Amino acid sequence: MTKIEVLGSGCSNCIRLEKNAREAVAALGVDAEIVKVTDYAEIMAYGVMSTPGLVIDGRVVSVGRVPSAGDITGWLSE
Amino acid sequence: MTSIALRRARLPFRAGVTLAATAWLVAWLAEAPLSDWLTFSVLGLERGSHLGEAVAFFLLDVPKVLLLLVGIITVVTLIRGFFPPERVRAALAGRGTLTGSVAAAAFGIVTPFCSCSAVPLFIGFVEAGIPLGVTFAFLISSPMVNEVALVLLWGLFGPGIALVYMAAGLTVAIVGGLVIGRLGMERYVEDYVWALQGKAGAVVEIRLGWDDRIRDAWAYTKELVRRIAPYLLVGIGIGALIHGYAPTELVAAIGGRSNPLAVPIVVLIALPLYSNAAGTIPIVQALLGKGMPLGTTLAFMMAITAISLPEFIILRRVIRWPLIATFATVVTIGVLFIGYLFNALIP
Repeated sequence: MTKIEVLGSGCSNCIRLEKNAREAVAALGVDAEIVKVTDYAEIMAYGVMSTPGLVIDGRVVSVGRVPSAGDITGWLSE
Repeated sequence: MTSIALRRARLPFRAGVTLAATAWLVAWLAEAPLSDWLTFSVLGLERGSHLGEAVAFFLLDVPKVLLLLVGIITVVTLIRGFFPPERVRAALAGRGTLTGSVAAAAFGIVTPFCSCSAVPLFIGFVEAGIPLGVTFAFLISSPMVNEVALVLLWGLFGPGIALVYMAAGLTVAIVGGLVIGRLGMERYVEDYVWALQGKAGAVVEIRLGWDDRIRDAWAYTKELVRRIAPYLLVGIGIGALIHGYAPTELVAAIGGRSNPLAVPIVVLIALPLYSNAAGTIPIVQALLGKGMPLGTTLAFMMAITAISLPEFIILRRVIRWPLIATFATVVTIGVLFIGYLFNALIP
């Protein structure tokens, strides 16, 4: 199962990013778990300073921007 | 990356960008005569009357400010994408307090900063061993001297006032950073922040193509304008009321040159008010129009944008109240000083 982590304190951008991630997962029909990471120590452990960040299976794919559902679909099918 | 989807979208995307730029230019040129015609011909209001002047101010300012914001913020955001906080941090790490504060204040102009990213940014700076004073120079400069403020000031008053405001803001940020650095307040930073030092992961840098950058800039601008639009409308509304109704004598009596306490009075009025630069500038425009001196007006604007309770509450997650209070005090003193200085320099 794919693990998708949305890094951020819960600002509007993090919410948009989470929504896009859900869309991407639904579009591909993959088995994925979406987790919100709000703890700063954990966020920093990924080396992410500008939120929101997106982590797929432990790999940081995006920081400081809200990628579209299409972008996320691309990363998920890599 | 989704290279196939991007290639398919390329042609209409380029055409869309060109079309949007042209539409913007047409709207910009047609805006002033249109609002004039709307106020005095369609609504039939009388030129020079209180209501007529207030409505004209509102109808002229709302589209003008929105156009300026949308157009220039998109371009500025695009440029800013090349200065992410990660890169700023790398540039600041290992510098002394003086050069560090100057560089941090300057970076504050170009780096994206919203109060929701203040905490990870603060931790990131401390984590990299950047001195506390340098971090504060950045935290002071970033909300006060930002692209929205500069663009609006430039568009509405010309480059002179915009550059003066930038210089004043940078001065407050640099001096504020140096002072806070001297006070040795490291013990008021929450312990868990220090505990994170050296534990953070390697910084990830993600490469983006131009199409992605343009799309990001546009998405950011839409989000920003949506977020500041309420402040802007209220600000322009208040500006319009001042412009049409406030007696020039009253403004002169409170904020005028004859009142030696004008600067502290307007700063006191501004402290509890919280708005961003976009909502403040229309009010500033009306106050300047009523003859308030430049220094007093600048102090008013800086106090509103730089000192905000919501930001303090967010910062409380990483620093304790004594440091937040020091931060607020240092900035207030800086703003008062700028007010008096510009009043003295510019007759």
